[in-house]
Amino acid sequence: MLRNFLIQTGQYFLFLKIVFRKPEKWKIFWKQFFLEADKLIVSSVVLVSVISIFIGGVLVIQTASNMNNPFLDRMLVGYMVRESLILEFCSTMVALILAGKIGSNIASELGSMRITEQIDAIEMMGVNSASFLVLPKILSATLLSPLLVLLSFVLGLAGGWIVVWMTSIIPPAKYAEGLRYFFTEFYIFYSCFKMSIFCFMIASISAFKGYYASGGTLGVGRASTESIVISCILILMFDLIITQLMLY
Amino acid sequence: MIKIEHLNKSFSDNHVLKDISIEYRKGVCNMIIGASGSGKTVLLKTIIGLLTPDSGSVTFDGKDISAMPYAEKKRFRQNIGVLFQNSALFDFATVLENVMFPMDFFTDWSRKEKIERAEYCLERVNVQGSDRKYPGELSGGMQKRVGIARAIALNPSYLICDEPNSGLDPETSIMIDQLIHGLTKEFGMTTVINTHDMNSILEIGDNIGFLHQGKMLWQGDRHSIFGTDCKELRKFICANSLARNIIEKG
Repeated sequence: MLRNFLIQTGQYFLFLKIVFRKPEKWKIFWKQFFLEADKLIVSSVVLVSVISIFIGGVLVIQTASNMNNPFLDRMLVGYMVRESLILEFCSTMVALILAGKIGSNIASELGSMRITEQIDAIEMMGVNSASFLVLPKILSATLLSPLLVLLSFVLGLAGGWIVVWMTSIIPPAKYAEGLRYFFTEFYIFYSCFKMSIFCFMIASISAFKGYYASGGTLGVGRASTESIVISCILILMFDLIITQLMLY
Repeated sequence: MIKIEHLNKSFSDNHVLKDISIEYRKGVCNMIIGASGSGKTVLLKTIIGLLTPDSGSVTFDGKDISAMPYAEKKRFRQNIGVLFQNSALFDFATVLENVMFPMDFFTDWSRKEKIERAEYCLERVNVQGSDRKYPGELSGGMQKRVGIARAIALNPSYLICDEPNSGLDPETSIMIDQLIHGLTKEFGMTTVINTHDMNSILEIGDNIGFLHQGKMLWQGDRHSIFGTDCKELRKFICANSLARNIIEKG
């Protein structure tokens, strides 16, 4: 098992070496980059939006219900919702959700291309198939995913606002005051940075698993599952590491 | 001309190709025939460089592809057109984009020139009016023809076809054979076809190599195949009732 892990890890880094070669033609690369951005990031906007709105609302209710102490200012509900969203939910939770959506998309697409010899066909034309197919995916996911963090943050706060407005669980003015209270701009950078790292891992691991898929359709399914499981574990591990390095 | 000398290839303990030596000539349809599992696809993939031989060499007009540095190998591969068993058309691209794909990478032609060339190739393989369709919308025969159009898009010197007739009805199959044969003569390509289809062998087999359990047991053409003394080849041929009747009736 350890031997297999070491072999896979070595293959993964060799794969990255092939992927990060200079593209054959920049014009084609940019075209692919925007296509992938649309497929991976833009198409995730609805999912991230819906989840963020609901989670924002739930966070308000849960936080408020745990802060019944009359000595605690109700404004702290808004403050804690904001901090929970930006520190953990908008990056880590959204990344775990994207590991399922983006990860399975990439692994199954590349796996299907592998078993139907489309990747061989690209190689035979003298094109670096890994760079052509994978580099735009990794770069678009890594560079554009922070936009999803920002979107998730704004919509999460909005979701909380909707609940406050509809239920009067706390006064809206108190919620607004909490959102503005002791705001640390660095947390935005921290969250966006984390998301970029997570999305790099999701895209590269899924691409690696899909690119080397074998064993027909079952192999594609296996590659897809493995890529999601590995991505999720690594997201949680790196969440701990990055948090320790950047916040403490 | 493609020259193969003392080629060996193994996967773990499985010795798939055993000391293969053969020459494939220019302007004729060279065929690799043999039963399933005889090593045909491994030989073909080794010829085109998707697999690395354990020993021996494959030279394309004197150039050994396996000894080439990565960049040179990439450049050289532009001279090789490949038709894969399942056509391997790109699902993400239309028929026209599939044929234009190699041109996008390796030519500085304008879009108009590329479209003209792609349309010429599609016309040459009798696929018209399907430019904007996706591969999934085409029949198997049409996919093969589009695959051939893509393979000849850059005017290659070598055309390699892996089971071009698999999954096709006899009529479409013969049409694909004749198309490959015609293009080989017209463009003076060195064509290598991997098949176990007897109709194809009898239709266009100019230079045939019979592969059995990883060994090249016989070499000849479609006219001499029925007179062979090779026991394994006779058994292979006689699996087909048409060929068996021809042999039995002398």
